[in-house]
Amino acid sequence: MEHVYKNINSISFGFFSPKLIKKMSSVKVVTPELYDKEGYPVDGGLMDIRLGVIDPGLRCKTCGSKLKECPGHFGYIELARPIIHIQYTKTILDFLRSTCKDCGRILLSDEELKLKLDSLKDIEKRYGLFFKRKKIKEIINSLKNLKKCPHCKAKQVNVKLERPLTFFEGDKKLSPIEIKTKFEKIPDEDTEILGLNPKYARPEWLILTLLPIPPVTMRPSITLDTGERSEDDLTHKLGDIVRINQRLFENINAGAPEVIVDDLWDLLQYHVTTYFDNTVAQIPPARHRSGQALKTLTERVKSKEGRFRYNLAGKRVNFAARTVISPDPEIKFNEVGVPKAIAYELTVPERVTEWNLERLKEFVKRGPKKYPGCNYVIRPDGKKKKITDETKEQLLEELQLGYVIERHIINNDIAIFNRQPSLHRMSIMAHKIKILPYKSFRLNPAVCTPYAGDFDGDEMNLHIPQTEEARAEAEVLMQVQTQLITPKNGTNIIGCLEDSVSGNYLLTKSMVFNKDEAVQLLFSIGVKKIPNFNNVVEGKEIFSSVLPGDFEYIGKTKDNDDVIIKKGKLIKGYIDGASIGEERGNLIRKLHRDYGEDVALDLLSKLFRLGIKALFYKGFSTSLKDIDLKQDILIRIRKLLKDSEDGVDELIKTYNAKKLEILPGKTAEESLELLILQTLNKVRNKIGEIIGESLNEENPLRIMFHSGAKGSILNLTMMASSVGQQALRGKRIRHGYDGRTLSLFKKGDLSPRSRGFISSGFKKGIDPVEFFFGSMTGRDSLMDMALRTPKSGYLYRRLANALQDLKVEYDYTVRDANKTVIQFKYGEDSIDVSKSEKGTIDIRNLIREVIGK
Amino acid sequence: MIESYKGKIPDLLIEEFEKISKEDNLTKIQKEAVLKALEKRYDSYKVNPGEAVGIVTAESFGEPGTQMTLKVFHFAGVSELNVTVGLPRLIEIFDARKEASTPSMEIYLKKPYNKDIKKAKKLAALIKEVKLRELSNEFLINIIKGHIEISLNKRNMRDLGIKDDLMINSLKNKFKKTIVRKSAGGNIIIKPEGETILKDIYKLKEKVKETFIRGVEGITQVLPIKQNNEFVILTMGSNLKEVIKLDLVDETRTISNNIFEVASVFGIEAARESVVYEAKKVIEDQGLDVDVRHILFIADLMCSSGVVKGVTRSGVTSEKESVLARASFETPLKHLVNAALSGEEDFLNSVVENVILNQPVPLGTGLPGLVATMKKNVK
Repeated sequence: MEHVYKNINSISFGFFSPKLIKKMSSVKVVTPELYDKEGYPVDGGLMDIRLGVIDPGLRCKTCGSKLKECPGHFGYIELARPIIHIQYTKTILDFLRSTCKDCGRILLSDEELKLKLDSLKDIEKRYGLFFKRKKIKEIINSLKNLKKCPHCKAKQVNVKLERPLTFFEGDKKLSPIEIKTKFEKIPDEDTEILGLNPKYARPEWLILTLLPIPPVTMRPSITLDTGERSEDDLTHKLGDIVRINQRLFENINAGAPEVIVDDLWDLLQYHVTTYFDNTVAQIPPARHRSGQALKTLTERVKSKEGRFRYNLAGKRVNFAARTVISPDPEIKFNEVGVPKAIAYELTVPERVTEWNLERLKEFVKRGPKKYPGCNYVIRPDGKKKKITDETKEQLLEELQLGYVIERHIINNDIAIFNRQPSLHRMSIMAHKIKILPYKSFRLNPAVCTPYAGDFDGDEMNLHIPQTEEARAEAEVLMQVQTQLITPKNGTNIIGCLEDSVSGNYLLTKSMVFNKDEAVQLLFSIGVKKIPNFNNVVEGKEIFSSVLPGDFEYIGKTKDNDDVIIKKGKLIKGYIDGASIGEERGNLIRKLHRDYGEDVALDLLSKLFRLGIKALFYKGFSTSLKDIDLKQDILIRIRKLLKDSEDGVDELIKTYNAKKLEILPGKTAEESLELLILQTLNKVRNKIGEIIGESLNEENPLRIMFHSGAKGSILNLTMMASSVGQQALRGKRIRHGYDGRTLSLFKKGDLSPRSRGFISSGFKKGIDPVEFFFGSMTGRDSLMDMALRTPKSGYLYRRLANALQDLKVEYDYTVRDANKTVIQFKYGEDSIDVSKSEKGTIDIRNLIREVIGK
Repeated sequence: MIESYKGKIPDLLIEEFEKISKEDNLTKIQKEAVLKALEKRYDSYKVNPGEAVGIVTAESFGEPGTQMTLKVFHFAGVSELNVTVGLPRLIEIFDARKEASTPSMEIYLKKPYNKDIKKAKKLAALIKEVKLRELSNEFLINIIKGHIEISLNKRNMRDLGIKDDLMINSLKNKFKKTIVRKSAGGNIIIKPEGETILKDIYKLKEKVKETFIRGVEGITQVLPIKQNNEFVILTMGSNLKEVIKLDLVDETRTISNNIFEVASVFGIEAARESVVYEAKKVIEDQGLDVDVRHILFIADLMCSSGVVKGVTRSGVTSEKESVLARASFETPLKHLVNAALSGEEDFLNSVVENVILNQPVPLGTGLPGLVATMKKNVK
């Protein structure tokens, strides 16, 4: 099928004039009945089949098409009396106030009018519509209180709007008919100054005399299981309108008393108002018989579930899959393991050419039930044929140049992989497909960071691009290696983590292998060029043989020791998180700059596996005895705790004696609390220091936090010795009973224990009181999390909405969609953060490279 | 030689290069080589035209936003003043709220006074707002005589060095239609002129309590601290306009955290700097790392129209040309309704409209079009 591509250039907004409403209508609706006895739509009813069809089998009387082909057609009803459009009450008020009540001219002399119109045009041309609207508002405000018409000299009366719908001129109520006749008198030029475009809108059109009836396709009825029909909310509302309208007509024609006519008129006004908007203040919403408010036009458009955000800005796609993710360190970073069950369903269209005819025939031959097969064949005329056992032979016969087959995805096809919430661009990356058994998507644990995913049940989405263009774009711009550096701050988002870091740390620090092991280790991570090792191989040598031969690097470890790599050899220092970790791996950053993204990704994946495989030779685990402390250390810690508690007691004593030095800007109580908090926080740090000193270099926990793989000395302190002060909102815990936190304490007790200091460690176990305080802060942080997520989500949405149109132009200026300059040079130097080295160019490094210093 | 590279390489990089080359004693040839390499590297680091830098910036804030704490107050150091930090503060900055929830100032002193703790303390005391209620023990209403008797707190008055003449004058200036005088017992008596009912006197009493006596209005707390070898006065409450008029104050460095105040006193460029400074402070305070370019970008967007605009539906977003883009953000009805009135035309220049219509988006790879001369159809 040849597509005809049409581009929409622009969309105009405007009003339906009564004339146009009539012209575009196919039906004049006159009866509130929907169906006749046979269940066939009534002519002139709201479900008239000239309005479009929603029943399979019927044909639209207007265009003759069937269900799904006919887009539906508008109808109209003639309102017995004019009705005010609820969305325009403000505009109507503005018009009533700014024009003369007698002659209908604007309350400006002709000269002023001309002057103001010119300035408005100028403003629109120079600053845009937004500022024009502001100016118009000013003009309207200036006209509000004029007492005399400059044209006919008639005295003006103040017009008021009694919400929601009644207008008063002085004390006289204005009926919509009167308003309409007033508006008809206003000349086109005068409406312009109030912001109307005479081409699209006339003020009298704001008062409805004809009401367009939307096509039935827009308000389809549902057939329930019982065979009963359930109508859409809009149909219900329109039914009400038509019914009251007919009644009003009859009463007027019968010459009914004015009271009755006015009542019906008000009722009609109510129905039309709620038809447009069922959430107007002071108007009771129209309800179903069940009491549920109807969802009318405004509610359809509004909010997150409305037309705009749900259907228009959000699209649903085919060729997508979703399942649980699980780790597989053996696949490459830019691969994704796809279960075979999914491969049967997801397809890639491939056009039959001279060169692939035979290959593609094989796919068709296997059909949809044998992998890798083919689900559909598309003929050049666009007809899509499903391959089944019956059609297979014939389609195979038929297959020729120009046909397209939709074959199953196979290894190395490109796919787009995504995990919500897609907070940054690394949340959607392109991967190469690798078909694997079982039922979950497999990804390398190193790419968890960019997706912010883990394997505790997370699910992810996979999309298969369907055109060459899309595939090329995904492959060139979206693959994992192109996203190594985050545009947030120019550091590497993908790096080694956890075991891989501690593995590399141990390898380069202390491990020694024999020759066989070394060769085996290197080969297992995919290094093909293995150097001539001696019989005893140091870990550093193994690490070095992964690096390119000409690699130069000078860096620091986490503890500020030097790391030097010369000519691809690690000659000084050891490797830790600061070299290869995520968001701080300077070594990886350098590899990326020197050798490009493809090589960097390859090396990174080798280093990643090297760390893990290296641990296989040594074994790495931790146990309770790793947090055992020696007796003398325990004594020192106990003394420290005692000292600090004494210190706190001392503080409380001085406070009670009113001798405490008050800190500037604080009360005595606040000063005391602050000082106590400081003392207690100091203890934990001091304990940490003591424990840190006492730790054996071989201690796995020490290795973990020292290498930057996970955790910190603080975690160890909490396990081994003391959990520390529990703080709520930056203060010690003070809630609970009158003057105390728990009923077992004395009133006014300010001691550490009664205010949430946990002196036991997790290993020894914490007592009930301490546990209670711990759970308090735990709950607080849960709450914090739950409240923060929507807040930051909204900030992000607003930022994204305000910034999404801004782009760098060809002249390197940053402009928005109206081409207004926001920045003359992006970031004042045009440097792309995701290409830069932490936002700049490292000149020292450059000099070293150029002149080898 | 370096001159010839100006304009090709950003000035900052050239400066840095000059500094380093001096330190390292580079020869002329070496310099030439490095500059050449620098130019090449700079070119390769440039952004690609069409790059959607806006959305990248939004993401760079949105992603760390989830990691920020919601905790509103914080006490850094020994006893600093409470200020809003973290996500709530960031939201406040980007919203461009007229009033910061915790307005505060950093007041710097002119050299050489900035090294003098006494001067700093004296200035701080002068700046702090003093109200009548702080100088008095009691406000008594004498029902029979229909006046208010204020008994003074002599100790506080002595501490602050305030005489009762000053207080009487302030009261006289504030309440024109009253008689203010000193009583025999040393108290101040204030009596409304003419006949008054009790209710009015009660009202007057509340107003009298808040009478401003001395200092800078709005500055409720002051705290001189030592920062980078000089004394700086931190305040709660902010009144930039009045504070920079004071003699000892270094008006070139003194700042307020209220962006609107900065804009009205120093102008839009200062406001832009202020947005950058405040946002940077929040980010760094949370231990996060976001490139300056992103912060600059939002500051530029907020200030590019000449007034400070928030990133909200009434701020930056409301100025978008496209009806559909505005409608798809918030309050769609309002935008559609107004668009119909003025017969607006949407030229589909930005992103959302094209998403809505299933058309390529004019960003990145969707931006370039292909221009080709077609052969004329010869018939």
